[in-house]
Amino acid sequence: MKILVCVSKTPDTTAKIAFINGNTKFDETGVQWIINPYDEWYALVRAIELKEKDPSIIIHLITVGLADCDPIIRKALALGGDEAIRVNADNSDSYYIAAQIAGVVKKNNYDLILTGKETIDYNGSSIAGMVSEMVDAPYVSLATLFELNGTTATITREIEGGEEIAEVSLPVVVSCQKGVAEQRIPNMRGIMAARTKPLQVVEPAPIDALTSIVNYELPPAKAGVKLVSPDNVAELVRLLHEEARVI
Amino acid sequence: MVLIFIDHIDGHIKKASYEVLTYGAKLAEQMGTTAEALLLGTVNDDLASLGKYGIKKVHQVSNETLNHVDAQLYAKVIAEAVTATGADVVVFSHNQTGKAVSARTAARLKAGIVAGACALPDTGNGFIVRKTVFSGKAFANVSINSPIKVISLNPNSYKTVAGEGTAEVVALNVAVDPSKIKITAVNKVSGEVPLTEADIVVSGGRGLKGPENWGVLLDLAHELHAATACSRPVGDAHWRPHHEHVGQTGVQIAPNLYIALGISGAIQHLAGVNRSKVIVVINKDPEAPFFKAADYGIVGDLFEVVPKLTEEIKKLHAGG
Ligand SMILES: Cc1cc2nc3c(=O)[nH]c(=O)nc-3n(C[C@H](O)[C@H](O)[C@H](O)COP(=O)(O)OP(=O)(O)OC[C@H]3O[C@@H](n4cnc5c(N)ncnc54)[C@H](O)[C@@H]3O)c2cc1C
Repeated sequence: MKILVCVSKTPDTTAKIAFINGNTKFDETGVQWIINPYDEWYALVRAIELKEKDPSIIIHLITVGLADCDPIIRKALALGGDEAIRVNADNSDSYYIAAQIAGVVKKNNYDLILTGKETIDYNGSSIAGMVSEMVDAPYVSLATLFELNGTTATITREIEGGEEIAEVSLPVVVSCQKGVAEQRIPNMRGIMAARTKPLQVVEPAPIDALTSIVNYELPPAKAGVKLVSPDNVAELVRLLHEEARVI
Repeated sequence: MVLIFIDHIDGHIKKASYEVLTYGAKLAEQMGTTAEALLLGTVNDDLASLGKYGIKKVHQVSNETLNHVDAQLYAKVIAEAVTATGADVVVFSHNQTGKAVSARTAARLKAGIVAGACALPDTGNGFIVRKTVFSGKAFANVSINSPIKVISLNPNSYKTVAGEGTAEVVALNVAVDPSKIKITAVNKVSGEVPLTEADIVVSGGRGLKGPENWGVLLDLAHELHAATACSRPVGDAHWRPHHEHVGQTGVQIAPNLYIALGISGAIQHLAGVNRSKVIVVINKDPEAPFFKAADYGIVGDLFEVVPKLTEEIKKLHAGG
């Protein structure tokens, strides 16, 4: 059994969001980079849990990015996983990234492909769906539980106002969110082992991106809070009703 | 032509679909073309009446298999419908179904997608769509450069407008493969307003001290017909179900009104809620960062303030 976990590098959740070059580029000054939390906490940890139950499972990690992704790949390998593949390409649109991942999937024949439900920087929720189409596999989105029985996966997925329990034969592509696993901290042994795990760098396939970012904008600042006395709650209700018109 | 994907559950069209119908019709008008809709499966609602959102036709693939969302089947059927109808823009809601289906459909069509759009495209020179990025902390204007374009619109980011009109309902014949996914159970949280569709959300943090204290929050939510949400530590401690967790690593929402009770307003929490139109914060700490992101606030003990607030809203609803 071979599992591929897609991981991506994102700014830390507390990073200051600012832009440079006429608002065309994210300002990376002083930014700490982390593994996208959904990829790390849920997709990767679930794959590691499966391997702990069945040591014959092989876990590959993949990221599409330049050499500055290597530290976060090593960090991911410190949590677990056998080897990593980095497709040596600068960040492009989701179609481009998905096509690079799909290329590797077709070569290596994975039984299970796990991703986080979205990245916390681009928030596209697109890669898993696109990869599944490109490799013609079933896709289960927004998983909150994932169980494996032989070659059948039982997956609980979020639907509007509830959840659905799905059974599907491998191979399958699954996007993971809270519930699938619990966040882990890498230990010293993992960190040492990660240094010698293989990190294969492959050159990208020639794919044309279909979208491009023109520029960024920051939301307008709030006008400032209107404070109401706790002894005059009726005034808050009046403001919400008459001024803001939201109740 | 702009083709709008209509999403439904339990035989009823979802609220998010009325938003995308309005949005798609407006986009078609802006581009000087027509808007049509596509529905997979069967519903009890009257499809002809969808004309009041400004669409001319509703194409329906009435195959029961499609009453469950299977991304693989959906992408294939939608892509065939796009080709059959000659659509050049396809609009989805970026709700749970949209997240499952829109990107996959786009890949099948080799169409560029903007997932998480929050405004009408600028079609003056090219096709540029604004979307939320950095979990709501910023916007990106994204150019779609392919002949077919796919937009997945954030729920609650475009106001539904209904006018007059009837749409022609036409059956679309598309072969549907058997699903490779077997649905063994569907568990609905009944009687609750779905979080991403809610106009009003009442949310609680660690300031509520424990799950046994949620009554004050639920009473307020009930009176406002609001959905309920919580901060991450509350979800992590299982005080509330984890699907209520909002924020950068939870659900991102944009209701008209977000009421935060006993939540400090950490940057990761704000990321999920700062697109709310109006934010009310009730917190006993005047230094709580949430006040900086709020429109209205009360510095006070939520256990005293919230029951009063519920009473005042009851009075308002009673017309006095
Ligand atoms: C990588 C990462 C991702 C994260 N993602 C998220 C996320 O998605 N969503 C999220 O919410 N958090 C997230 N967090 C956690 C976040 O940083 C905060 O720790 C969390 O939001 C705090 O939750 P809280 O406001 O409920 O609790 P606290 O910060 O403990 O705040 C409790 C508040 O209640 C007030 N209070 C106490 N008693 C009363 C009373 N009687 N009346 C009125 N007010 C009272 C206090 O003044 C205080 O402001 C993330 C953190 C990290 C590191």
